[in-house]
Amino acid sequence: MPVILQGLITILIGVGGCVGYFYLSNLILDRFIFPAKGENIGRNINRANAVRPWLFLFPAMFVLGLYLVYPVVGSFVRSLYGRNPNEFVGLGNYISLFGSSDFQTSFFNNFLWVIIVPAASTFIGLVVAQLTDNLSWGNLAKSLIFMPMAISFVGASLIWKFVYANDADIGLINAIRAMLGFENPIDVMQIPFWNNLFLMVILIWIQTGFAMVILSAALRGIPEETIEAAILDGANPWQLFFKIKVPQIMATIVVVWTTITILVLKVFDIVYTMTGGNFGTEILPSYMMDFMFRDDGRATAIAFVIMIVVLPVMIWNIREARKEMR
Amino acid sequence: MDNIAGTKSSLMWATHLSVLFLVLLWLIPTIGLFVSSFRDRDQISESGWWEAPFAVELTARGRTAADAVQDGDVYVITGNIYDDPEARSYFPGGGGEIVAFGTSGRAPGEFPAGERVEIGDGETLVVNTDGTYEWRTPEDPGDRGQRVYFAAESPPNFTTENYEQVLTADNMDRAFINTLTVTIPATIIPILVAAFAAYALAWMDFPGRGVLIAVVVGLLVVPLQLALVPMLNLHNSIGIGQSFIGIWFAHTAFGMPLAVYLLRNYMAGLPRDIIESAKVDGATDFELFLRIVLPLSLPALAAFSIFQFLWTWNDLLVAKVFLPSDDASKVMTVKIADDLLGSRGGDWGILATAAFVSIAVPLVVFFSMQRFLVRGLLAGSVK
Repeated sequence: MPVILQGLITILIGVGGCVGYFYLSNLILDRFIFPAKGENIGRNINRANAVRPWLFLFPAMFVLGLYLVYPVVGSFVRSLYGRNPNEFVGLGNYISLFGSSDFQTSFFNNFLWVIIVPAASTFIGLVVAQLTDNLSWGNLAKSLIFMPMAISFVGASLIWKFVYANDADIGLINAIRAMLGFENPIDVMQIPFWNNLFLMVILIWIQTGFAMVILSAALRGIPEETIEAAILDGANPWQLFFKIKVPQIMATIVVVWTTITILVLKVFDIVYTMTGGNFGTEILPSYMMDFMFRDDGRATAIAFVIMIVVLPVMIWNIREARKEMR
Repeated sequence: MDNIAGTKSSLMWATHLSVLFLVLLWLIPTIGLFVSSFRDRDQISESGWWEAPFAVELTARGRTAADAVQDGDVYVITGNIYDDPEARSYFPGGGGEIVAFGTSGRAPGEFPAGERVEIGDGETLVVNTDGTYEWRTPEDPGDRGQRVYFAAESPPNFTTENYEQVLTADNMDRAFINTLTVTIPATIIPILVAAFAAYALAWMDFPGRGVLIAVVVGLLVVPLQLALVPMLNLHNSIGIGQSFIGIWFAHTAFGMPLAVYLLRNYMAGLPRDIIESAKVDGATDFELFLRIVLPLSLPALAAFSIFQFLWTWNDLLVAKVFLPSDDASKVMTVKIADDLLGSRGGDWGILATAAFVSIAVPLVVFFSMQRFLVRGLLAGSVK
């Protein structure tokens, strides 16, 4: 059976199944389990209404529980076992991880990524948002800077290969070097330490648009009076921006910053496509993929390290959300 | 606010220029990919894409004819080097002006065009800029012409050859269909499931609602790396294995926290009056959801489906883990990252084209639905 047909059938079964599930489960609840008639009509209606939310929630909670909650436990348990799933090693995987120099490199690199990429994307995004704010062609400019958001990390990596290529006739950087009179092309992907920064540029290129769109909306939301008052008091454009506007959108800046931070901890595609983790560019997600399919114990241990790094952001997110609901 | 005090026209110019600069900086890499995908392989390796509109100097080789005319005691062979099929094959866009020529592969551009030179054994050769040559040799050349290397201007040559190759050969067409097969169900199914859950979390009263919302917010940031090993093992043990069914489930689940979160936020913002008056009129929750809340939530549904579509289309990690690694089920990102970059590392034309094919659909979706996307982003993160 052609795969596309299989896909179409799945859509039908999936969509039909979902609609059928919700419709039928409601019907059964109202008609048969707690029918809204007979002597217990009042009690039945109340009971049906107490059950119904769980009918609505069940499919979502089921997949969430199975694919996101269970793995937190499942991964941790698996990480206590060695390559062989029956051989219990306790914290052995973690101990050997922390002792390995590859892990230390990827942890350090990941640290650099988490510091630099969100900072740079948010900063450039904020600058672009401010600059385009009252520009006649601002929307066009924003749309073009936003565009890389739609491009896959693999596609973006390929695009940047045409910038970084080790050949003055293909790579833009080497072409510029050749124009400045340098003799031999260099492979920027092999310069220790700096190659990490060149890889980060790709993600910054992708994420700046996201930061810009959100910050631009936040800038528009600043009450006009505060700005007018500052101008009347003689604030120059710099003061206006840094002392009046930025403090008022600080909350949004923090949201953008954390969102990009979380993303950085998940992205393995760029390193995988550009260097394959060679030349000292490994980061945790790509390091994990080195062990995937080969040593599940190690792979889950690395995944759990990522989870622990993310944990503070998660707690902070939940606290913010609860504060808002009250 | 254009003319308020404090905005100077010189500053305005600086703004225009710096935005222009940034936009160019952002666009140039993509333009490079786009231009390269239409260039001929030989041209890509000879000159950068930024020189694409200009002629390229290519070195080629050919052989002269061998039908000699005797002139005294020398044999004279004349003709045009572009008449030789081998020489012509280097210039699919037509041969340009010849700059230099030579007789050995080591020095293909030894002599400037138009100059008569000794090439040993008393032979002389001249190749003119238009390709005509005259070869004088004291001995009968028999049926073998003289080898000629030459450097010529090759006019810019834009072809769709790369696209033909990518879309018909290399299994890329298959990968395109596979990507679609993964993407469409993985976009549609989570929306439906999430919409019901979001409605329950926004408008139904039950104990534990607050906790569930907090759980969803928490799950938003769980790294999906955690799920890879346990879920693949589970898939294997229940018989799904690495398959399309498995990846549909996986994408549905990984998109679920964002879907529920976005939709709940949006639905909770719908006017309370409408919902309550419908309830007073006797609408059940099911009818209320289907007839009122769902239609009103269309912008949020659109926003999420764009996200989910872009995310599943562009995904590499989930596809690498949950799909088998044979050609029959590779998606485009895997195909490019694993096959093309590995075996065709040097074929830049094919690489550029494959990348462009894979980003074309998301770009179309992006530019046509940008409004919804922006709205969705804002609903998710600006309070």
